[in-house]
Amino acid sequence: MPDSQDTKIHPRPASAGAIGASAAAEATSPAVEFRNIDIAYGKFVAVRDFSLSIRKGSFVTLLGPSGCGKTTILRSIAGLVDISAGQIMIGDRRVDDVPIYKRNIGLVFQSYALFPHKTVFDNVAFGLKYRNVAKPEIKRKVGQALDMVRLPGSEKKLPSQLSGGQQQRIALARAIVFEPQVLLLDEPLSALDANMREEMRVEIKKIQKETGITAIFVTHDQEEALSMSDRIVVMNAGSAEQIGTPEEVYERPATAFVANFLGKANMLSGTVSRSGGPTTVKLASGQTVNVLAPKPLAQGSAVTVVVRPQKLSVVGTSANRLPGQVVSASYLGGSAIYEVDIGGKTNIRANAPIDGRVRREGEAIELGFDPNDCVLLDEDGRRIS
Amino acid sequence: MSGTRRKEEGRWAWRLTGFVTLCVYIFMFAPIVATVILSFNASMFGGFPMTGFSLQWYAKLMNNDAVLTAFRTSLWIALVTAVATTAIGVVTAFALVRFEFPGKQALSTLVILPALVPETILGVGLLVLIKAIDQPRTMLLLVLGHILLAVPYVVLIAQARMVGIRRVYEEAALSLGASRFSSFREITLPLLIPAVVGGALLAFTISFDNTSASLFWRPAGVETMPTQILSMLKISISPEINALGTVMILVTVGIPLVGGLILQSLTKLKRRGEPKEEVR
Repeated sequence: MPDSQDTKIHPRPASAGAIGASAAAEATSPAVEFRNIDIAYGKFVAVRDFSLSIRKGSFVTLLGPSGCGKTTILRSIAGLVDISAGQIMIGDRRVDDVPIYKRNIGLVFQSYALFPHKTVFDNVAFGLKYRNVAKPEIKRKVGQALDMVRLPGSEKKLPSQLSGGQQQRIALARAIVFEPQVLLLDEPLSALDANMREEMRVEIKKIQKETGITAIFVTHDQEEALSMSDRIVVMNAGSAEQIGTPEEVYERPATAFVANFLGKANMLSGTVSRSGGPTTVKLASGQTVNVLAPKPLAQGSAVTVVVRPQKLSVVGTSANRLPGQVVSASYLGGSAIYEVDIGGKTNIRANAPIDGRVRREGEAIELGFDPNDCVLLDEDGRRIS
Repeated sequence: MSGTRRKEEGRWAWRLTGFVTLCVYIFMFAPIVATVILSFNASMFGGFPMTGFSLQWYAKLMNNDAVLTAFRTSLWIALVTAVATTAIGVVTAFALVRFEFPGKQALSTLVILPALVPETILGVGLLVLIKAIDQPRTMLLLVLGHILLAVPYVVLIAQARMVGIRRVYEEAALSLGASRFSSFREITLPLLIPAVVGGALLAFTISFDNTSASLFWRPAGVETMPTQILSMLKISISPEINALGTVMILVTVGIPLVGGLILQSLTKLKRRGEPKEEVR
C-alpha cells in the first residue's frame, strides 16, 4: 500500500489518508500546503475551511462536479483568486500576498491560452525571458522542452498552425520549461477529442514523472482522476469529501457523495438486525445480508450498504444472496451488465463476468456479494469506520 | 404557372432594388465626383459645362499661403489628436473591459457622451466654459476639443476588440512571470493592434474633417482646412475650392485606405513568412 502521509485534511478526519503522519514524512516540507483557507465571492462562499498538504513530486487531483470549488482552489494557488481566510504555502514561502508573477508556478489552461501572435518558440521561451535566462540557454531549454512534449522542430510555427492536442503540448512545455515549483493543470484535457484525451493523459503523467514536478490537476472526469493521480481530493460544495489514493476513494468511499460520484454504486438502505459477532443488515427490499462492520453497531440503526456493480456475481458461492428479476441486460463480451429488480422498488446494477450464459430480460437471477466487498454508511452518509 | 410568375416577380424586385441602390449611390457620390471633375475645369466659373482641362487651380492652391498654412495646421492638429486619442482610448477601453470599479457604468456612459451630444452644443459649451473661467482660446484648447470629439469612437473600437481578447492570455503571461505592465505590452497591446490602427485613423479623420466645433474653438487668426474653405466660400465659389475639396477628399479617404492596405499587407507578409509544412 502506498504510504498515506502526503495528503491530509484537518477539520474532517474522514479520509483514510488523514491519520498517522510519520516523523519521516514531516521532515521534508510539503510542496504546497493549504491551511484552513476560505474563498468567498461577495456573499457566496466558494471554498470553506479547506486544508491540504501536497508532497513534493506527487500528482494530486482535485475531482468534483462543476461548481464544487476545485478550479477556485487551483486559481488561488496561482494567485488569480484571493483567499479570504487561511494561508497558502508554496514550499516554505507563504504566498497569500505574493502577486501571481512572482509565485513561480506553471499553469496549463483548458483553452491552451497560447499567445496567438507569438511563435511556438516565443511562447515556450516566455517564462525564461522573465527569469533573465541567457539567450543560448533559452534556446537550449526550449529545444529540450519541445523534445519532451514530442514536438521538436516546431519552434517557428504559430499556434494557429497546430492541432488542439499539439497546442496543449506546447502549453505544457511552456509551463514546465522554467522548472516551476508546482504545475497547475486546469482541466487540460476537456477541450480535446476522446482519442487525443487518452493519449495526452498518458503523456502528461509520463512528463510529470520524468521531471519529478509536483502537479495539481483539476478535473470532473473520474476516469482521468483514477488513472493519473497519486492522490485524489474529492470535492463537493466547497469542501473536501475525501482525500486518498485512487483505490481508497473508489473502494472505500468516505461518503455517499464520493460513492456516487466515482463510478456507479448500489446504495442499499436497511437497518442493523444483529450486532456483535457477524453483523447482519435487513435491507429495505426485504433480504438480510451479512456485512463486515468495522465496529459494533447498535441494533436498529439505519445504515446504507454500498456495493460496486463489479462486486456482484451471478449465483456462485457468495455469502449474501439477492434474488430478483432481470430488468435489462447488456452484453459486453467479457461481462454483462444487469439491472435487477430485487423487490421493494429497488433496482440494483451488476457488472458480472459471463459464466455459462447471458440472462435475458424477465428471467430470474440471483446476485451475490461478499461481506468484505461492501462499505457501510451511517444515517448522515458517512462511512462507518 | 405560378412558378414562372414568381420568377417574374423576383426579377422585377431585383431590378427595382438595383435601381434604388443606383440612385442612392448617385446621390452620395455625384457631388464628390462633380467636385473632382470641376477642379480640372479651365473656366473661371466653378460650374458645368467644362471649357477645357487645366491644372491651374491646383497651381494657384500651391501658391496660396493661407491655404497652405491652414493645411499644415489641420495636419498637425489631426496628428496630435490621433496619437493622444488612441492612447487615451485604448487605456480607457482596457480599464472598462478588464476591471471592476465603482462608477464604471457612469464612466462608460460619460466617455461615449461627446459622440451623442450635437457638435454645435459641445462647441458652444466648451467655449462658454472657457469664457467662464476667463481663459483665452488657444491651440491647446482646439486640440483638446478634437480629442474630446474623437475619444468616444476610439473607445468603442478598442472596447469591441478588447472584449474579444480572452483574459486567459493575460493570466498565462502573468503566471509565466510577466508583470501586469509587461503582460499588457507584450500580449494585450499586440492583440489590440487592429483597433489601435483603426482608432488612430478614425481619430485623424474626425479631427481633420471637423468644421463646426473648430469654428467655435479656434484661436483668433488660426484657420484649419475646413474653416479656411468656409471662409473662402463666403467670398465666391471659385474653382480653387474644387481643387482644395479634391485634396481634402484625397486626405480623408486616402489615409484610412492606405492605412488599411498597409495593415493588410503586413499581416499577409507575416503569414507568407510562416513555414507551410504540416506537423506530424
